[in-house]
Amino acid sequence: MKKFLALMLAIVMAVACLASCGNNATDTNDTGKTDNTGDTAGATVFKIGGTGPLTGDAAIYGNAVKNAAELAVKEINAKGGDIQFELKYEDDTHDAEKAVTAYNSLKDWGMQIFLGSVTSKPCEATSAESYEDRYFTLTPSASSTAVLEGKDNVFQMCFMDPNQGSASAQYISDKKLGEKIAVIYKSDDVYSTGVLETFKTKAAELNLNIVSEQAFATGADTDFTAQLKDAQAKGADLVFLPMYYTPASLILTQADQMGYAPAWFGVDGMDGILTIEGFDTSLAEGVMLLTPFNADSEDEATKAFVETYQSTYGDIPNQFAADAYDCVYAIYQALEAGKATADMDKEALSDLLVEQFTSMTFDGLTGEGMTWDETGAVTKSPKGMVIKDGAYVGLD
Amino acid sequence: MTFLSYLISGISLGSVYAIIALGYTMVYGIAKMLNFAHGDVIMVGAYVCYLVFNNWGLPWWVSLIISMIVCTVLGIIIERLAYKPLRAASSLAVLITAIGVSYFLQNAALLLWTSSPKSFPTKFFDIGGEKGFTIFDGQLQISYTALVTILCCIVIMVALTLFTEKTKLGKAMRAVSENKEASQLMGINVNKTISITFAIGSGLAAIAGVLLCSAYPILQPTTGSMPGIKAFTAAVFGGIGSIPGAFLGGILLGILEIFAKAYISTQLSDAIVFAVLIVMLLVKPTGLLGKKIMEKV
Repeated sequence: MKKFLALMLAIVMAVACLASCGNNATDTNDTGKTDNTGDTAGATVFKIGGTGPLTGDAAIYGNAVKNAAELAVKEINAKGGDIQFELKYEDDTHDAEKAVTAYNSLKDWGMQIFLGSVTSKPCEATSAESYEDRYFTLTPSASSTAVLEGKDNVFQMCFMDPNQGSASAQYISDKKLGEKIAVIYKSDDVYSTGVLETFKTKAAELNLNIVSEQAFATGADTDFTAQLKDAQAKGADLVFLPMYYTPASLILTQADQMGYAPAWFGVDGMDGILTIEGFDTSLAEGVMLLTPFNADSEDEATKAFVETYQSTYGDIPNQFAADAYDCVYAIYQALEAGKATADMDKEALSDLLVEQFTSMTFDGLTGEGMTWDETGAVTKSPKGMVIKDGAYVGLD
Repeated sequence: MTFLSYLISGISLGSVYAIIALGYTMVYGIAKMLNFAHGDVIMVGAYVCYLVFNNWGLPWWVSLIISMIVCTVLGIIIERLAYKPLRAASSLAVLITAIGVSYFLQNAALLLWTSSPKSFPTKFFDIGGEKGFTIFDGQLQISYTALVTILCCIVIMVALTLFTEKTKLGKAMRAVSENKEASQLMGINVNKTISITFAIGSGLAAIAGVLLCSAYPILQPTTGSMPGIKAFTAAVFGGIGSIPGAFLGGILLGILEIFAKAYISTQLSDAIVFAVLIVMLLVKPTGLLGKKIMEKV
């Protein structure tokens, strides 16, 4: 019995050790971050908050957004103008309930402007709250329609899901990328089905030939041979994948094992496939995706952004990062134009920003001359990208 | 030809289920408990193999052996700490403990290896850089990974059957499964026999983990749970406690799943598989090869 007790104690200690190590690491990180952005703390700064998956499945997106938003805030604060920002990101692990908790702690912190949540499902929950509480909300990347629906003060920096679908169909048709098209989608995910619906409508308009339409769902998302064989048997030369990168990586691997090599076309959820640990990037060679941001662009602003981002955080920024960077600058532009001051309360700020956003034109990394309509949706044109030698390259 | 290729995918998926199901069935047959943590031991096995292979650069079979050793030790520790003290408790208590162990393993993996998915190397079984071979003039492609999975499954099934039929330890296992008290009276160390069963089951889990992830190369802390549940279903389908039953159940479940996806609906595949299972159990409650339970009066 004594031996058993000793063993148990040893295990408990080992686990406690691990747990505390993990905590320490994040603690120091957190204080580090507040040092960076919080040096201008006081009554004259606008407090911006946001939630995103900083850990977990979708952490690639959350951290990209947080890093880029921090970068933009630092740059704006360094200008030393009247508008100064303080930024705080809370972790929601891509979970709607945790996102609401995170949102509440941002409220306690004294947030004035809300950057929404990074991913769609959590943002549907937090935007409902921020609409009620009258916080101006601008999400960098939550793309589902439900995020905006019926909320006058919620805006998006990214395309709405349906727009991605129709834009993809348009692009495939314009560039004549495929004669026979197969679609594999995730039937229990709003993001995937939302893109699919408009893709199909637009494809019918453009006379694109969809030969195979196959679904999968959570729990049955490891074996895709049946879906792929159906596409192969029907002679599809292009497969459209409206989904996130994790199942997409499995599809690419299994198609490779089957010896099936069609053209692949994804949407913005495909962004991140190259950063999966251990993924053989040669499998993603030639995969096309529609995204609003191209890190290889020759454009001055993009070059500068990519350079600073890479030197600060070590990776090449993806489109989520670019969207977040644009969010902060768009808010900056709107505040400046509306002559807002930091002592205004959230409601006054919300009204002012809504007015500015629906009337202004914004040039950012993810598009020139962006405008927003009353619903909060953005107008900008997507860029086609292709994966070449393990990196994203512009298609045009 | 497409029918044949679906069949091969089905058998290959089924073989993975079958290897996992063998682990369930062994433990159930001998210890009369459902080890729900089995699926998570698979996940640990796959992680260990992945880390050894990627970080130390050892050949895949060395990684597999190391992962088998780690899983065997893990199985023995789990058995000692979580199950052995409950040997006399009700089977419900043990079941709940098993679910607890399953969550413990998943969360420990989350803490140790984070939840960001890792892509498992798929080139383990490639021969000369080729992923597979084609027959019938290139109309049917079979990957080496699928072939190795199927062969492994058959070898393991035969080896386990021989082991329980022919060896002294195997006889002890069968005796314990029939009657614990009586076998104890005959001088069999029941505790030791059960521990060895767990060790074997967990060692098999490591192989299953590596094969599972070679065929479906995404590794995350929840990797083992769904295949674990399906393999448990396969074990029940084939008749839990029976080694050939687990094998048969696994293969059939895999084929059913792929055929349901291919010919009926990709969305309803799981519903169809489980509906067939329910009908099957209504007709034959002990499973395909299950022993008839005699009620002692």
